[in-house]
Amino acid sequence: MEQLLENFSLDLFVKQTVLFLILIFIMVKFAWKPILKALNDREEGIKDAIDSAEKAKREMQNLQADNQKLLNEARVEREAMLKEARDIKNKMIEDAKDEAKAEASKLIAQAQASIETEKKAAIAELKSQVANLSIDIAEKVVREELSNKDKQIKLVESMLGEATLN
Amino acid sequence: MEERKLRLVTKLISALTLTLLVSFSAFAGDAKNNQHNGHEANPVNTSEEVTDYIKHHVKDSHDFHLFDYFSNGEQHSVGFPLPVILWGENGLSMFMSSAFHHDDNGEVIVEKGDSRFVKLHGKIYELNAGEAAVKFDESHHPTNASTPFDLSITKSVFGILLIGLLMFLWFGGLARQYKKNAVPKGFGRVLEPLVIYVRDEIAKPNIGPKYRKFTGYLMTVFFFIWILNLMGLTPFGFNVTGQLAVTAALAIFTLVIYLVSGNAHFWSHQLWMPGVPYLLRPLLAVIELAGTLIIKPFSLMVRLFANITAGHIVVMSLIAIGITMQKQMTPFGSTALSLVLSLFITLIEVLVAFLQAYIFTMLSALFIGMAVEEGEHH
Repeated sequence: MEQLLENFSLDLFVKQTVLFLILIFIMVKFAWKPILKALNDREEGIKDAIDSAEKAKREMQNLQADNQKLLNEARVEREAMLKEARDIKNKMIEDAKDEAKAEASKLIAQAQASIETEKKAAIAELKSQVANLSIDIAEKVVREELSNKDKQIKLVESMLGEATLN
Repeated sequence: MEERKLRLVTKLISALTLTLLVSFSAFAGDAKNNQHNGHEANPVNTSEEVTDYIKHHVKDSHDFHLFDYFSNGEQHSVGFPLPVILWGENGLSMFMSSAFHHDDNGEVIVEKGDSRFVKLHGKIYELNAGEAAVKFDESHHPTNASTPFDLSITKSVFGILLIGLLMFLWFGGLARQYKKNAVPKGFGRVLEPLVIYVRDEIAKPNIGPKYRKFTGYLMTVFFFIWILNLMGLTPFGFNVTGQLAVTAALAIFTLVIYLVSGNAHFWSHQLWMPGVPYLLRPLLAVIELAGTLIIKPFSLMVRLFANITAGHIVVMSLIAIGITMQKQMTPFGSTALSLVLSLFITLIEVLVAFLQAYIFTMLSALFIGMAVEEGEHH
């Protein structure tokens, strides 16, 4: 302790205190304040730059997401349109088919009807011709038969006999 | 324009300092007869002389002594004198330390006006009026002299001024660089990470959110101690941070700062510790106050002083092996041993130079941090 005290010089202590105080003030004013301010500004600048880059990146991502969404929507719409077109085409073919079928069946029906009418007319005509022919034949037969008295009686009798059977 | 002028001034100051150094050492070769201690040539070659030399080096001195050489049995000191400024009985006296002719035993009397000064063991005494020589008591203390207030630019003061100037030039230069661009060039690139290191590793974590107010002090202390520690390892022989007065002043700066900036939370924990029984509180207050007012600054002061002084003594002792062990080991062996050992220790001292600056600054920051810490509100 005594040696410590002997080493201690009050003069040097006072000089160091004063000089160091001056040094602190000078350094704070001319060095530390401007240096720390510059460092702080720079660090804040870097932080801002990073933040804005981050923001830009996020915006970019949003934009890309939007693009993707639009693309997806467009794709869905195209699908829908294609599907509709296909449906319409199918329907048109179907309709055409149906119409054709209907037309055809109508035509067939008409044809059948006309065939039927023709047939009926033909049959009627045939009938009338047959009747006429029968009458002619009958006339001729009757004319011949009625020239012979016996044959007339026989005919009448046969006719009468038939009539009873009916 | 302003910038250029400032740079010119800076260069001028550097050039002036250099010229002064050179011219001082040039004319300061001072011959002194070395007959009285009986050596033909080598002055420091016994263990006692080595011990004296080391003790002398570790102390502050009034002139800047670089080395001695011998020719024709005369000792020539190479160095330069420093101004002696004294405030004594008759007011201010100023002269160069060369007036004492390297005398340290109170033999050379310097007369300035009505005052007579002698230098005794690194200390300057003013003889009482009418006395012509120093008289001593049994314990070799002067009896007929008073101690004037010594404002001299001693070696330590010279070191402090030099480091102050260097710090101003380096960091002031760095500060000026930032005006032009955000990233410094050249030497500033070395200094900038150091500044950031002190701010981010010492000030911020130990003080907390209020660190900004104290960074100026912490930076100054850190670089002051570190550069002076490193200067102490050069052959110029500075031992500024190994002066008790210097470390005491630094420790008291820290003490004053944390006492002044201590908040209510700090003082309440110092004087009336909450959460302990009332009977214990005065006892705790005594312990806390002893820690805050005495132990903390004392440990700061002694740690730096002892580490640096011990480092100087060890390095010099190991160098002295080259001289004192010559008989046992031959000159070659002792020189080799001292070279290896002192090189090794010097490397460690380079680390210690940083470490002590770091510890002093870190502990100062920690103590300040404890004083400004906001209590948790329960």
